[in-house]
Amino acid sequence: MQTAEQTLDEILTLAAQHFKVPREKLSADADFFQALGIDSLQTLDLLTKLENHFHVELPDYELQGVTDFRTLAGKIQARL
Amino acid sequence: MDQFQGQTLSWEVKNGIIELALHREPNNEISSHTLGELETFTAELKMHEPDARALIIHSTVKSGFSAGADLRELYGWIQEFGQVEVANHAREYLERIHSVMNAIDVSPLTTIAAVHGVTFGGGFELALTCDLMIADRMARFCFPELRLGLIPGYGGIPRLKRDLGNAVVRDLLLTGRSFNATKAQQIGLVSQVVGEGEALRAARATAAQISKFDRTTSAAAKKFIKPIPHEELRREIDIFCELIARPAVQAGLKKFVESTSAQPYLP
Repeated sequence: MQTAEQTLDEILTLAAQHFKVPREKLSADADFFQALGIDSLQTLDLLTKLENHFHVELPDYELQGVTDFRTLAGKIQARL
Repeated sequence: MDQFQGQTLSWEVKNGIIELALHREPNNEISSHTLGELETFTAELKMHEPDARALIIHSTVKSGFSAGADLRELYGWIQEFGQVEVANHAREYLERIHSVMNAIDVSPLTTIAAVHGVTFGGGFELALTCDLMIADRMARFCFPELRLGLIPGYGGIPRLKRDLGNAVVRDLLLTGRSFNATKAQQIGLVSQVVGEGEALRAARATAAQISKFDRTTSAAAKKFIKPIPHEELRREIDIFCELIARPAVQAGLKKFVESTSAQPYLP
């Protein structure tokens, strides 16, 4: 099984690609709403992208209070 | 008329296929204006049913098929009518909505919802009136109404029960969580999952296939296989109207409408 760091790295890459933001501007502890300039509907887009990529299902209520990529990666990792 | 361009939607009839496009920016929220145009559409639909072969409903709005009911409008009613009178107003409105939804549900045409992105609440309920749902990989479905102290009121619960197992319906309804197209196909809600942006193309190909069959036979098969849950649809309206007068609903809608955060659509 892949490591949490690998998962985090893939999430940062996917997020950068999907929202057309330079990868180097995203950091693990950045607030992804601000870093990506997205709202809640776009966050759900990101969730869909991640679910499709990692072949997991992550209930969106698990995103309550989650604002940084590292914590998001932890949620995905827990479902792998 | 073979085509119509409204403020919230448009349609055209081409080679026997009716295409209804939702286009109220930014999220196709279903307002009373949308309802008025849907009523115009369903009146026209009846005129075309003898000759048309299929109906496709889709959205041209980037964010998705539809984010559901216009909650700002709903909140406005509560403020305008007060908690008691709003139930009467809601009943009248829901009966009109149900009339539109039922007209699409019972149409003798084979109907296809081509969905992408956010397909929530009333938008999900509109898609559920169709015989087939084709979703692109980025489609996301949800009944978020419990978050607002309400239940789906546009016929969603009886139609979801018609299509899915009760345990799945309980999960979706009672958690209010959203789920993606892959899950939707796994549970039997969506018949095809296609690449991003490909839902309408796939729907057109499916409509072309459907069009090959004798219309009378297709209509008879559809009527046989697709029950309309009339009693439950009426009961859903009753329950919705009982709930809407509650302070919890006003509080939930107020929170959504006044939210300045980036997160109103998250649980």
